[in-house]
Amino acid sequence: MESDPLRKMLHDMLLARAFEERAAQEYAQGNIAGFLHLYPGEEAVGVGVLHAAEPADYIVSTYREHVHALVRGVPARVVMAELFGRKTGCSGGLGGSMHLFDAGRRFMGGYAIVGETFPIATGIGYAIAMRELPEAVICFFGDGAVNQGTFHESLNMAALWKLPVLFVCENNHYQIGTEIHRHSAVAEVYKRAAAYRIPARRIDGMDVLAVHQASVDALQQIRAGNGPQFLECETYRFRGHSMADPGSYRPKVELQAFEEREDPLKIAIAETVVAYPDAEQIAASGANNIERLKAHLNEGNHLSAEQLAGIEQEITEQVEDAVCFAGDSPEPTLADAQAALDCNRQGEVLL
Amino acid sequence: MNDTVYYWQALNRALDAEMSVDESVIVMGEDVGLYGGSYRVTEGLYAKYGEWRLRDTPISEGSFTGLGVGAAMVGLRPVVEIMTINFALLALDAIINMAAKIPFMSGGQFPMPLVVRMPGGVAKQLAAQHSQRLEQTLMNVPGLRIAVPATPQDAYWQLCQAIRSDEPIILLEHELLYFSKGSLDVTLEAPPMHRAQVHRQGDDLTIVTYSRMLDLSLRAAEQLAEKGISAEVVDLRSLRPIDWDTCVASLEKTHRLLVVEEDSRFAGAGAEIAAGLTERCFYTLDAAPQRVAALEIPTPFNATLEAASIPRIADIIAAAENLCTN
Repeated sequence: MESDPLRKMLHDMLLARAFEERAAQEYAQGNIAGFLHLYPGEEAVGVGVLHAAEPADYIVSTYREHVHALVRGVPARVVMAELFGRKTGCSGGLGGSMHLFDAGRRFMGGYAIVGETFPIATGIGYAIAMRELPEAVICFFGDGAVNQGTFHESLNMAALWKLPVLFVCENNHYQIGTEIHRHSAVAEVYKRAAAYRIPARRIDGMDVLAVHQASVDALQQIRAGNGPQFLECETYRFRGHSMADPGSYRPKVELQAFEEREDPLKIAIAETVVAYPDAEQIAASGANNIERLKAHLNEGNHLSAEQLAGIEQEITEQVEDAVCFAGDSPEPTLADAQAALDCNRQGEVLL
Repeated sequence: MNDTVYYWQALNRALDAEMSVDESVIVMGEDVGLYGGSYRVTEGLYAKYGEWRLRDTPISEGSFTGLGVGAAMVGLRPVVEIMTINFALLALDAIINMAAKIPFMSGGQFPMPLVVRMPGGVAKQLAAQHSQRLEQTLMNVPGLRIAVPATPQDAYWQLCQAIRSDEPIILLEHELLYFSKGSLDVTLEAPPMHRAQVHRQGDDLTIVTYSRMLDLSLRAAEQLAEKGISAEVVDLRSLRPIDWDTCVASLEKTHRLLVVEEDSRFAGAGAEIAAGLTERCFYTLDAAPQRVAALEIPTPFNATLEAASIPRIADIIAAAENLCTN
């Protein structure tokens, strides 16, 4: 692959990581409240898939969707402002972290009920197929979502009517705190797609190039009229309490956390403190997805150390700007909320 | 242009009329296509508009309703038929969490021209799982609008209006109304979708009702007239929003309120109707508002018990007499 797209992918992964780390800090400081689901560790999936998408494609995402929005091109300040609940946010401060929307970029939302992305994506796919357009829908979901009825119902309909949907499982091996072998009788998620005759592949979700290539291939199949495709991206989130995972990408920091939690007092403390590994801890954890792409770029002479430092500097400034913008933005009013509720009234007088 | 038609035929004509002028209108549901609809509502449309616009779905209420939501976000105008409201329990996430909330929580970025049609209510010995009334559940959802047509003319008007609206609208039909007859004139101008209608003028009390209970209330009013009690009968036509003004105007004349609903009494639709009108008319009322509602039991299969579990004409008459003598 040429240097330019590679650099763009690295840029987006670095932005994703920096944005989410900063969001965690802002959460700790009380500037962000509510539920906040962060993406560190999983960047290769969102970046790899979305860099394969066309601007005319639609994206349907989950409640862990900040990075999907960023990579899709929603400005960092607009995403951060939404996390802050401000009027300038991409959902006007009415959606929050789990409900980022951007109609213009065909970012069709973050959905906070597990399993909702399937019917939404299928419905958009239905409209595309009916109109015979060369567009596709990318439907993100986690491993925990595949045990919802909507997964099976929607895959069935998507296959039955050959809808242009790319189902992307971000398999981070945990549905909140339950490891996949404890929540799924068939832990190889991609195999489930076979029940609906949907071509499916399992790929290394820590390798952005592998994810990207698989997505390009799958989208080609979709645009050729071959119906839905399915990718299972094995990945890992660096955040949250969890049992040790056998994956080779397992960060040492998690193992350390596991060992530390043998002490019930420490467990109690850990349960009450908002714990998040800092940049140093993550760096110490070894080869994660970002480090792998950096190494690849370095080996192929795609990117010099100076260029990398330049990208990182630019991202630091961008995230800082996003936080300042969010903090300075006004809150939405009740009148704004009412206007959003009535946005489709079209001047109709109800009574 | 005035025809006497079945309620299902009025709905069928509304679908045909809207589908013929707007190719973004699609119909989805179980057996709506080749079969023509469980209550014949989509009869003949599959042959006319093809499978992409008349889509027979698998039995997956949660997902095909959600599919309608997704399609509506990108400009289709899906009319989702849920065979009976009882199955809508499986689709409530799509209706309540998606359709009602997406336009709002996106900050007003998406249209939601979705219509969900379904019959509710007690029919004939379908037993507890097929006899539910869920209007109270849907009434408590900001972002939804609920129309409850009681006549073929309203069924036609309100379905046409619902399809043209960019907001999510529930059309709550009734299994026993599909084969009721009434006049239909498609050339008449429709009143606003949520406007209540006074079906009978009276002076002594106001009966506020909706859906199938309109017919029972009108028949009760006839018998009450023979007893010297003059009942005004208001058909709400809509449960969200509710046309309070029409009801208040009536109560300012009669000073007595009787709510007749097929819903169970406790926290049913009638509770909101009675509360809303009490707030507005407390000082004009001569007596405490009364409700005639269904009993607090799941619907029994046995025909005698089933009939006793929901309002009958005699119940309405007794309640009206009681209200007017107090």
